[in-house]
Amino acid sequence: MSESKKRPGKSVKEVDQVTIRFAGDSGDGMQLTGSQFTETTGIVGNDLATLPDYPAEIRAPAGSLAGVSSFQIQFGHEDIQTPGDQPDVLVVMNPAALKVNLPELRRHGIIIANKSTFNTRNLDLAEWDVNPLEGDALLEYTVVSIDMTLMVEKALEGLRLTSKEVARSTNMFALGLLYWMYDRPIENTIEFIEAKFKSRPEIVEANKRALQAGYNFGGTNRLIQTSYRVSKADLPPGTYRNIMGNHAVALGLVAASQKSKLPLFYASYPITPASDILHMISHYHNFGIITFQAEDEIAAVTSAIGASFAGSLAVTGTSGPGMALMTEAIGLAVAAELPLVLVNVQRAGPSTGLPTKTEQADLFQAMYGRNAETPVVVLAAATPSDCFSMVYEACRIAVRHMVPVILLSDTYLGSGSEPWRLARLEDLPPIENHMITDTNGSFHPFEIVDPKTMARGWAVPGTPGLEHRIGGLEKDAVTGEVNYEAENHEQMVRRRQKKVDVVAEYIPPVATFGDESGNLLVLGWGSTYGAIRATVETVREKGHPVSHLHLRHLNPFPKNLGDVLVKFRRILVPEINLGQLARIIRSEYLIDTISYNKVQGKPFTTGEIEEKVMELLKETEDA
Amino acid sequence: MPDETNASMPQVLTRRDFTTGRTVRWCPGCGDYSILSQIQKTFPELGRKKEDFVFVSGIGCSSRFPYYMDTYGFHTIHGRATSIATGLKMANPDLSVWIATGDGDCLSIGGNHFIHLLRRNLDINLLLFNNRIYGLTKGQYSPTSEFGKVTKSTPQGSIDWPFNPPALALGAAATFIARSIDVESKHLQEMIKAAYKHHGTSFLEIYQKCIIFNNDAFLTLTEKGTKADRQLLLEDGKPMLFGKDLTQGIYMDCACPEVIDLTDGKYSIDDVLVHDKTDRMKALILSEMTYRPEFPVPLGIIYEVEKNTYEDLTYQQIDQAVEKVGPGDMDAILRAGHTWEIK
Ligand code: SF4
Repeated sequence: MSESKKRPGKSVKEVDQVTIRFAGDSGDGMQLTGSQFTETTGIVGNDLATLPDYPAEIRAPAGSLAGVSSFQIQFGHEDIQTPGDQPDVLVVMNPAALKVNLPELRRHGIIIANKSTFNTRNLDLAEWDVNPLEGDALLEYTVVSIDMTLMVEKALEGLRLTSKEVARSTNMFALGLLYWMYDRPIENTIEFIEAKFKSRPEIVEANKRALQAGYNFGGTNRLIQTSYRVSKADLPPGTYRNIMGNHAVALGLVAASQKSKLPLFYASYPITPASDILHMISHYHNFGIITFQAEDEIAAVTSAIGASFAGSLAVTGTSGPGMALMTEAIGLAVAAELPLVLVNVQRAGPSTGLPTKTEQADLFQAMYGRNAETPVVVLAAATPSDCFSMVYEACRIAVRHMVPVILLSDTYLGSGSEPWRLARLEDLPPIENHMITDTNGSFHPFEIVDPKTMARGWAVPGTPGLEHRIGGLEKDAVTGEVNYEAENHEQMVRRRQKKVDVVAEYIPPVATFGDESGNLLVLGWGSTYGAIRATVETVREKGHPVSHLHLRHLNPFPKNLGDVLVKFRRILVPEINLGQLARIIRSEYLIDTISYNKVQGKPFTTGEIEEKVMELLKETEDA
Repeated sequence: MPDETNASMPQVLTRRDFTTGRTVRWCPGCGDYSILSQIQKTFPELGRKKEDFVFVSGIGCSSRFPYYMDTYGFHTIHGRATSIATGLKMANPDLSVWIATGDGDCLSIGGNHFIHLLRRNLDINLLLFNNRIYGLTKGQYSPTSEFGKVTKSTPQGSIDWPFNPPALALGAAATFIARSIDVESKHLQEMIKAAYKHHGTSFLEIYQKCIIFNNDAFLTLTEKGTKADRQLLLEDGKPMLFGKDLTQGIYMDCACPEVIDLTDGKYSIDDVLVHDKTDRMKALILSEMTYRPEFPVPLGIIYEVEKNTYEDLTYQQIDQAVEKVGPGDMDAILRAGHTWEIK
């Protein structure tokens, strides 16, 4: 029955991987278009990675350069690690989108433009002197210029819709066309449209017709005679879904709550780019989960600390500026030895910075950003789906050792997506805690109940006979009474450090990808994983020896890290900051590193890292 | 309602159950001693299990309070007792949560959380130890110090206008506002019980003497010779009378209150304003009297109304969610949206 089976195309070309970028005005629905294309692409069995990019303003002036929003996806039949360096195909819904995105389009790439919007007003807004679709500005590209709005108007004739509503369906035309070009079925999106606009049948019809019109248009145009086939990726068997990092955090927290049987308390103050975690968890109240939108980040973290005292799995989520506000309270959790998980979805700073752009510059803040000797466990997720595993790991460590744990994610992971083989609750590792209800009469609130984990007992209010007081004043190492003595203080300072240090006993040893020793190791942490891994794979395929090591545990480091690092002559550390991990590695192991830094609010491209790697390899060969 | 736990209560608690062996470290003569003592006397009468009480405090002299109560306690950080108590109460609504806080802790650094606690109306009892000065940091003016106060940090006199705590609480939609004085032990005990009984955030302002840095702050309110003319003891449904032989009253002429004398033949008791603790306008008028020397200072329950508590609504939403979509199913949310099989 599927229209998509009757392919009107003239020829079909097999390709390994493709990068497409959808770009338009913030009001053009590019994020939706992109996520639909992504879903369908997952369903047809390709591996993929995505990167949305949108302006900080909710509605910048229509047609302006500031208002351009885009969504990039790379998909293929091999392992896809990044959303792609340069798009092969750029879909632009207006002149501003072309202006902003053209510099990144691959040479000889394809531009698919909605010609209808290239009028004088929009060209002026986008600062084009002449219409680029008409002049020779785009000679090195294949330009497919389509009167999309007009074609959509035709397709929607007879429907009682405003011209604005008609224009709003144009993105579906573009999507339909791309489905044709890349041999994807339209059914999934039809289902989506039917569900999303359930209450507005006219809009359902409009979107369906526009989608179909775009699909049918493929093959009829002189310039789009070829459709491309990207065969299925070789992914391990299982059930898959596409997942964004922030959603993976939300699911990971629910899973941790289910597994640990501890009620989840998630407190947060809205902040880009972390708010989605709060939004999503708010839909899971039927798990007995409490979500709390606090009056500020201080209230978010402190209410979580209150909930932790009460025996909940207490979590707060924020971004760098919010974590700055939480600093003092994190110190309280350290002093009171209460479990707490803090998720920082990093964004570009300082101060308000670039709120919608990515950066990984809060590593120092997470490691050291508190008064006094106040160590906390620091973890970092490597990919969108890894956010699930790492937030689960964060919860596990927090309650196992009675310590606060900071998990670093970032904009790129939080809103980027990739296919994910579904986790199963029964396969997840157990989460032990140290809750105590009975002590046979000898209860000391600060006594270490387990020398291995260095956890104190978690005696929660409401438990008969265990009444006790905790707080931020220095305490006696056993009784928990306020104690200002010099020696006790030093003992407690060392104990809090040791509580973090012993976590290393529970971290699996790290292993390099590639060789175990050699001339060059690329060392990364956090969201640079994809770009580094893809680069290292490519360079190795070309026959050059280079290895990759990626850190998920940043404090403490895995126990064997030093031994792994010394086996390499040079260590390249690419970071979206000015070299924070590099400095920690140097100070920790007295091992020199070579920093490669980029702080533009954007992830690394594989091209950038490859260039650096090749340069270093050449130097080593020459030497 | 909190009182319902009575039935299953085998323990009979006494004052001693709530005292700790710890040496109390407030200055001799500090008003905090009396407040501690009234709490310890009152708690056994509340009919709650000992393990259900939790005291949360911030930073300041009064915030040492939890250390002297043999209950669960959390001495936290400056200004955040309110928000920590919020999380605690939401996580376990069966607890009887008390906050001990001072004018600096609650109204200066913690001002934001204070107003949000009140508007959310969690069933938490907040005791504001108002001594109108910073004690622990050794004598700077506080957000309730009078304009022009000369202190260590304001040798030329403070140029901050003080907060009017009950008016602030009203503005923040508080459902229970009361005031008492450290030395009026009976009255204070009554107010503690009333605060406990109220289902919602109970805001109890306690005028407290800091003998070291602000000894005279409430002198006319507490001295034998003057207190009768300075204290307006409120009782619900009763006329607002004060003075040694209750010969003075509050009279409302149009929208303005004034003090009338019942002995000069011009006014009778029927002219005196009758207190209605559920009347917001009257509460506003009473709050406004706080800093006006021509009026006595209102003591007692200024305002009390019933409203849903935040934690009740929170758990209602959880129940509604379960009713609507069933209890949480991890597998179902993992599979939400589109999934596909790879064989
Ligand atoms: S400084 Fe004032 S408030 Fe503090 S303990 Fe001494 S008398 Fe009491």
